[in-house]
Amino acid sequence: MKIAVCVSHVPDTTSKIIVGQDGKNIDPNGLTFIINPYDEFAVEEALRLKEKFTGEVVVLSVGKDFVKESIKKAYAMGVDKGIWIKTEAELDSHSTAKLLVEQLNIIKPDIILFGKQSIDYDSGQVGILVAEMLNIPSVSVVTKLEINDNKVSCEREIEGGKETVETKLPVVITAQKGLNEPRYPNLKGIMAAKSKPIQEVASTSVENKIEILKMKKPESKSKGRILGSDASAVKELINVLHNELKLV
Amino acid sequence: MKILVYIEQRENSIKKSSLEALSYANLLASSNNGEVVAVIIGGDLNNQLNELSKYGANKIIVCQDPKFEKYSSSAYSKILIDIIKKENANIIFLSATSLGKDLAPRLAAKLDAGLCSDCTSIVIENNDMIITRPVYAGKALIDVKLKSEIKIYTLRPNVFPLKEVTINAQKEEYKPELTDLDFISFVKEITLSKGKKDVAEADIIVTGGRGMKGPEHFHLIEELADLLGAAVGASRSVVDAGWRPHSEQVGQTGKTVSPTLYIACGVSGAIQHIAGMSSSKHIIAINKDKDAPIFQYADYGIVGDVFEVLPELIKELKVFLGK
Repeated sequence: MKIAVCVSHVPDTTSKIIVGQDGKNIDPNGLTFIINPYDEFAVEEALRLKEKFTGEVVVLSVGKDFVKESIKKAYAMGVDKGIWIKTEAELDSHSTAKLLVEQLNIIKPDIILFGKQSIDYDSGQVGILVAEMLNIPSVSVVTKLEINDNKVSCEREIEGGKETVETKLPVVITAQKGLNEPRYPNLKGIMAAKSKPIQEVASTSVENKIEILKMKKPESKSKGRILGSDASAVKELINVLHNELKLV
Repeated sequence: MKILVYIEQRENSIKKSSLEALSYANLLASSNNGEVVAVIIGGDLNNQLNELSKYGANKIIVCQDPKFEKYSSSAYSKILIDIIKKENANIIFLSATSLGKDLAPRLAAKLDAGLCSDCTSIVIENNDMIITRPVYAGKALIDVKLKSEIKIYTLRPNVFPLKEVTINAQKEEYKPELTDLDFISFVKEITLSKGKKDVAEADIIVTGGRGMKGPEHFHLIEELADLLGAAVGASRSVVDAGWRPHSEQVGQTGKTVSPTLYIACGVSGAIQHIAGMSSSKHIIAINKDKDAPIFQYADYGIVGDVFEVLPELIKELKVFLGK
């Protein structure tokens, strides 16, 4: 089985976001960047598929030099091959998908895995855009994946429950937390990843469809009101719920 | 300006968030000489059309067939693309639900359209639609515009106001021509947790954090949620500890929510959690640590032990509500 997994490189969840000087992007200084947490589930699932069906796992990432760190993380977990699509440009989901599709058309994987969204722009588009551009089915926000011959059965999270989706290979899957428990790379894996070569590919020209005009911080709230310091404040709280918020 | 709004329905009921999108489409169209087309797809829709006609669509396109009872990303996207082309719509609205977020990128790729996900504000300035949307799970916001001819937006639930409007909508049946290939991906089965509200859709959320001390104490959160008609939420540490399911997790790597009221019980307010809930309209925090970061974001706070405050609150609310 030929398995591809696409990863992005993002500031970790404890990061404080500061708007950069251009007023459109974040200031990356002082931030720790990590492999997108949802992509770790995708990498883990890719490795499990390889263990079950044999084959090869290729990881792809689009971006600046530092995205190679996430490719190396995937190497340390056990991925066979890595492709870095080089670009200095700030790409939107559409442009990212287009560049991935160029490479995926060469690799022709049976299954392509993504995280359900990257935790920077939170758009959750790239995986599904890639599927439609490749004219293959996709299932998003997947918490369980089963493959039999070319039949694919997935559980995906929906509001208030889950649904079972059936489809066929080749397919794009976007991973949700709960799909698996990602493995920790062992020392041998980490050491091997350091010297393992990454294939570099120059990016072709793409045109963004989204223009960022401004990045800003959410307005901070005025100081809240402390109603009390024990259970005696409950009456005041009910008063607030009833008279001020009119919710009960 | 011609806005096409996809109306999502499940089990004979239209999603409220789709009607919010429709209401907002009507508001934009009526002040910009525009027109609004609502499209609904499903098995048997006759009981839903009356409600749908109250929210300002100039035209309602109905696509019903037992085969469309359950969602199929491949079939639904084909139907919508055909209708968008036929109607010459240049603006497409969907609600940012699990279905909307799955469907919208398929439309965008096929129509070579730009897609803006999870919009929380849409205004028109000098003929441009300017969108605000949260990024980094709400730690920052960006203003963006789309440059493509066809523009697609998913609107975050619970943000845009619902508004009834009297317009005599023209109704039209649409019969798509589909083959088996169009159903290559389909929903076979839906399993809903009975009677449970989802944090992504709820007007009120009651969240429990580490301060609840163990899964056995979450009955307090559940009871309070029940009384208020609220959904139960959980912080990341509580989910990671296995006390609550991931579907309840609020915050970065969980759900980003904007309810009318958010009640945080025993939640300290880690930055990842704040990101996911700080856009709630009103926030109440109950925590015994007066220095907990959550109090910086709360409109109302009780600095007290959840194990004293919650039982008292439940008791008093029952009396107040006559339950």
